[in-house]
Amino acid sequence: MTLALDVPVQLASSRRRRLWIERVTGLGFAAPAFALLVLTMLAPLAVLIVLSLTNYEFGGVDLDFVGLANFQKALADPIIRRSLLNTLIYVAVMVPGGVFGALLIAILIHRRTRSRSLYEVIYFLPVTSTLIAMATVWQFLLHPSLGPINGLLKWLGFAPVAFLSEPSTALATLAVIGIWQILGFNMILFLAGLTAIPRDLYEAADIDGCSGGIDRFLTITWPLLGPTTMFVVITTMITAFKIFDTVAVMTRGGPVGSTEVLLYNIYLEGFQYFHTGYAAALTFIFLAFILVFSAVQTFALDKKVHY
Amino acid sequence: MPASALPTATVSPAHSAARRFASLVLIHGVLIAGALFMLAPFIWMLVTSIKPPAEIFSAEIALWPKQFYGVENYRFAMEKAPLLRFALNGVIICAGILVVQLLVGIPCAYALAKLDFPGRNLLFVLVLLGLCIPVQVPAMPLYIGLAQLGLLNTYFSMMVPFFLSVFAIFLFRQFFRSFPDDIINAARLDGMSEFEIVWRIVTPSAWPAIAAFAVFSTVAHWNDLYWPLIVISDAKLAPPPLGMMFFADAETGSNYGALTAAATILTAPLVLAFLIARRRFIDGITMTGVK
Repeated sequence: MTLALDVPVQLASSRRRRLWIERVTGLGFAAPAFALLVLTMLAPLAVLIVLSLTNYEFGGVDLDFVGLANFQKALADPIIRRSLLNTLIYVAVMVPGGVFGALLIAILIHRRTRSRSLYEVIYFLPVTSTLIAMATVWQFLLHPSLGPINGLLKWLGFAPVAFLSEPSTALATLAVIGIWQILGFNMILFLAGLTAIPRDLYEAADIDGCSGGIDRFLTITWPLLGPTTMFVVITTMITAFKIFDTVAVMTRGGPVGSTEVLLYNIYLEGFQYFHTGYAAALTFIFLAFILVFSAVQTFALDKKVHY
Repeated sequence: MPASALPTATVSPAHSAARRFASLVLIHGVLIAGALFMLAPFIWMLVTSIKPPAEIFSAEIALWPKQFYGVENYRFAMEKAPLLRFALNGVIICAGILVVQLLVGIPCAYALAKLDFPGRNLLFVLVLLGLCIPVQVPAMPLYIGLAQLGLLNTYFSMMVPFFLSVFAIFLFRQFFRSFPDDIINAARLDGMSEFEIVWRIVTPSAWPAIAAFAVFSTVAHWNDLYWPLIVISDAKLAPPPLGMMFFADAETGSNYGALTAAATILTAPLVLAFLIARRRFIDGITMTGVK
């Protein structure tokens, strides 16, 4: 009799012991990640908030709390306003080209059988290249007198264009280089999305009388690519907003500040001029935009593109 | 009664074949034009790196060099800047970052996927939040911290912000969640510790995801400029992008032969790795992108 009563108690305690082991193991496994999370993300964020409310300059001895003065200064500063505008213009040029160019190429490549592999490799090459190295090559390609692009323009009868030294063309030129670098990446994402569309749908549509190329695209392909397109657009927007490398290496913000972008100004203020407090405030403005883009992605993906 | 009640299509076979041919020409025309746009910088880079200065600076633009000057350009580039050193630095940094990312990320992802522990939901929320925060945001406080610790200009400083990859945790968690619980329970009954289960049973099953992430991480950190630019001023430690920037600075920026030779040397490793392991790269992007 006593044995029959003992067994459930033993089971219960061994189960509790297992749960306890699971908890400890879980904590142990997650601990290093959590520690790094605090050290490299949360603590710096907290420090950044504090810094943005001061006038601290790195290497300086004392600092004062200035409240929101840094933010007010940033939003009124014509340099920062121009910087924001430049960044948004860059995004506005790069995203449509990088997304719809990639979509077009993906659709064209999708049905090829023998040449698909070759095209995939060619279009993806720029993604793997080291942008800084290629930036030098682009500088030479676009050179007003020595570069082949202007050579081609001259041969066609046009006047040469100083792409990177003209304030009116410099930013757009950087955007084209940005498109060049990201097209292959987005193309692969679109190809994955296209492959996920069942072929039966196209056959069914064919029977229903919808068989023209444009018709099929609008009725089936485009709606079903919705989630993929949204994802590609948002990630391209975020990547475009973080533009820095080509500016730092090719134009240094010139000519006449026409290619100064937000991240470049943050870099200058924070690590060249060491206006740490001010740069911290700028970083928060930068983060605000990124968070808005990410939030749009989360909500739009949930609501709009579900059918 | 008419011969047929339905109208018949009156397209002759020759007509439709011609249309198919025309559309193929159009499609490949567009694809080839785009391909030329993609390849133009690479071709120009290779060609310029073997041209002598006289041809580079001549008014006429020719594709193929009349005089082979490759040896001189490449030798000049390698002498002026430690290009191989830059590439080696890239390898060291990417390997170091990847190893820690996996060592930290895999157990954490497993714990989030399969174990119940206090703070689990909070941790996951923090991981999601971390996905939205690019490295440029904590950059300044991290820089100040490292400066106070005297750790600037070290390999460690270049790797620190990237040791934790919330992306890896997120990705692996997705994979581990679909791993069958029965196998894990059977292993537990066999007396295996959770530690062994993670590394001996679950990790090998997620190998495609791990390989994909490895590709993603390596490409991202090999080509990173912002953070190394901030923490490194010693050219001996520079990874490829920063090294190229130092080189282009020192080199008055007009020796295009040597510059393109340097660009070729620094771009080659990743491009060659890509050409060899194409499938891995492309599968990697697909997997990490298509959540």
